[in-house]
Amino acid sequence: MIYTSDLRDRIFNLLESQSLAVLATQKDGQSYANLVAFAVSDNLQTMIFATSRSTRKFSNIQSNSLVALLADNRLNRPADLKDALAVTAIGKAMEANGAEKEKLSSMYLDKHPHMSDFISSPNQALIRVNVSKYIVVSNFQRVLEMNVDE
Amino acid sequence: MNEMVVPADLAKDHDNNFFGGKALALGKMIRGGFKVPFAVCLGTKAYDQFVDSTGIRGRIMLELGRKRFEDMRWEEIWDTSLRIRSLFNNTPMPDDFKKFLQEVIEPAFKDKAVVVRSSAVGEDSANASFAGIHESFVNVRGLESIIDRIKLVWASLWSDGAMLYRNELGLKVEESSMAVVIQEMIQGQRSGVAFSVNPNDNSQTVIEAVYGLNQGLVDGSVEPDRWLLDRKTGSIINHFQPARDKIVTLSSSGVAIKPLIAELALRPPLNENELAQVYRLVLTAESIFGAPQDMEWTFDGSDLYALQSRPITTPAKDNDSSRIWHMNLRRSFDSLKKLSIKIEEELIPGMIIEAVVSGDLKGLTNQDLAQEIEHRAEIFQKWDEIYMTEFVPFAHGVRLFGQVYNDIMKPKDPFEFVELLAESEMLSLQRNAMMEGMVARIKETSDLPGSLPLSCDEILNKMMDAFLKKFSGSFGGDLLARDGLLKILLEMTNYQAQKRIIDANGLINSKKAFLAHFRGEERKNAEELLDLAKASYRLRDDDNIHLGRIQANLAEAEKEGAKRLGLLHSISGVEIVKALRNPHYVPRNDMLPPKRSDKATPRQLVGQPAGPGIGSGPARVLRESSDLYSFKSGEVMVCDAVDPNMTFIVPLCSAIVERRGGMLIHGAIIAREYGIPCVTGVPEAVELIETGDMLTVDGYLGVITINRINPEKMK
Repeated sequence: MIYTSDLRDRIFNLLESQSLAVLATQKDGQSYANLVAFAVSDNLQTMIFATSRSTRKFSNIQSNSLVALLADNRLNRPADLKDALAVTAIGKAMEANGAEKEKLSSMYLDKHPHMSDFISSPNQALIRVNVSKYIVVSNFQRVLEMNVDE
Repeated sequence: MNEMVVPADLAKDHDNNFFGGKALALGKMIRGGFKVPFAVCLGTKAYDQFVDSTGIRGRIMLELGRKRFEDMRWEEIWDTSLRIRSLFNNTPMPDDFKKFLQEVIEPAFKDKAVVVRSSAVGEDSANASFAGIHESFVNVRGLESIIDRIKLVWASLWSDGAMLYRNELGLKVEESSMAVVIQEMIQGQRSGVAFSVNPNDNSQTVIEAVYGLNQGLVDGSVEPDRWLLDRKTGSIINHFQPARDKIVTLSSSGVAIKPLIAELALRPPLNENELAQVYRLVLTAESIFGAPQDMEWTFDGSDLYALQSRPITTPAKDNDSSRIWHMNLRRSFDSLKKLSIKIEEELIPGMIIEAVVSGDLKGLTNQDLAQEIEHRAEIFQKWDEIYMTEFVPFAHGVRLFGQVYNDIMKPKDPFEFVELLAESEMLSLQRNAMMEGMVARIKETSDLPGSLPLSCDEILNKMMDAFLKKFSGSFGGDLLARDGLLKILLEMTNYQAQKRIIDANGLINSKKAFLAHFRGEERKNAEELLDLAKASYRLRDDDNIHLGRIQANLAEAEKEGAKRLGLLHSISGVEIVKALRNPHYVPRNDMLPPKRSDKATPRQLVGQPAGPGIGSGPARVLRESSDLYSFKSGEVMVCDAVDPNMTFIVPLCSAIVERRGGMLIHGAIIAREYGIPCVTGVPEAVELIETGDMLTVDGYLGVITINRINPEKMK
């Protein structure tokens, strides 16, 4: 059971515990979903991931920056219905550059040290998502929302 | 399929995970040369196959996933357990699996009566005794009945007691599984239990014996002869002889308690020679198992059968009084009957007397008011305790009936049985009828040309006086209550309550259909059980109403105290009393609401489905009694607990949402009476939902969807 009093901690712990999230993007009315290795800031306001500039997701973000990310801790067992926690982040994606890119890269590599070669390739973009809201699903159907952009 | 089913003699140590402790013990006894009734063991794989192939495993997870187990009230655990039992009961055995069971059961037992026993993994080990927690069924005959009972034994893995116990032991629910022993039924003429070591004195052995079957001894309804023997020599140290008057024998299905014939009442069930045989049996068992044993045995003629053996477990320390309290709720039919008389003749009348308060609080000095608050608090505390120790266990009468009804009728809705109980006139329904009378009067007079203001209508005023006198409770006797009542009555005149007409014929038919399953003596018992359940159901409501009045009396006195001191409601009665007695005392704010995150907003909340139907409308969150008077027809009532004094506005509600959980609590009972969708047991309902939020309440699934129209309100 997620209570409102520990909602923030539960979101943070879940996002810290998962290395991959499903990214949802859209272009010309067609939605698209794929997995990304992500990291989250301590204040939950920023999520980051890296992608090649030639990917479909990058192209989609260029065309529509409103994205969603979903991370969860399901184990593909019947008890998931009871125990799994899913967190959806809704926000706006943009490529990070300059000093900001450096700062965010270091935050990203803290979580994914093995990705250092991956993100240093010149064709890679580091994408920053400014999260406006988290939607947390526990107990199969209990849904709480939390705004973080204030 | 030898992991699925084996004859008991082949159940070996390493099979414990497949066949459970009881089967393992039978295997050991047979191999040790004991005379044991023939048995086959259905392994945990059979359970797993059933719950996986039918989807029950996932559905159990959904049931248990509604909220944390620790957060469930005793009633919610009961309800969850009943719903799970109903899942097992109503799900047919898949054809191929049934064929498999037929090939095992029919050649093994033909048309003989059998006992279907639980054999849970970890059960009857030295560390954990599940004795009496899981179910066993005696005198079961024929493939269909045996299969039905197997499913119920599996379901007992999810009985309230079993869930609480596993939770206490820290066992994961998803890893729980259950094996079953199907054993030939021996119709012993003398039976009993034996402890190789007396738990109170390790130099002794204890043997207890009754005439007939030992079910009466095990459940406490027949008092046994009891011998204390010298453990080393077997010589008798002491023989306690009860008034032998009852015997448990087989009935057409199951067992029945009957009077013992006078001739047998005069002599003990065992002679010295037989006593010595039982003594040797239990000591041999101890040497085979390598630990002191607690055995069940029976004599069929001169043949002594060992029925089961388990290690003696020391009673658990009183480290979880809530579980012990909970387990004590399981009362037998006889003790419920006695409790019924006590409640109707002694406790309820006592409550009614103590709910009457005299005198005008405003006329009291501060010292006297402090004393009055303490006096009322004392009365409330006393009845609150009686409520937990007497009224709540009595509510179990409803459960007992519900379980019997569900086992026999297999209804789709596990709470269908409630309809058979609802014909009794409850106090809250009387109250609602009085309100309907007043509404009719208002409609009648306002239709008259040139009608006077309502306050001048003498007849209406008298009706309101009578109402407030009878149901003052949290209304109190002040003008605010009178105005509030009038507001609600006016609201009711504009709203056609959707009261469901209970189909009297349908009700009579379901009662007949239920009773038609019983014959002779059993029919009489079934009728008695139904009557007991009706009394239990009716009093469930009345006790709450009277307790509500007693609590309101206390609140009224505390409110007067707080008013005089210029304090807020967040001060406890204890602090108010201190401040009334001592003008220099500065009371502490000791009842502040818990801190919560201000940014979380609910989108969808989950509770227990307590009244079927879908309802939607704006929320009216009841935080204090004055919120009641603002209630508008068509709103969804959201509250911490439907107080008995709140139920009069139920006819105006489009749905009910309650933090407190349970199917047989006030909100749920009244919602069902009116056919209003209801979800109970919603954690933080009152904190999260705001008055004005648009709610859709799904009373089938126990889900509330929240649409907050004005996002500014979230901040």
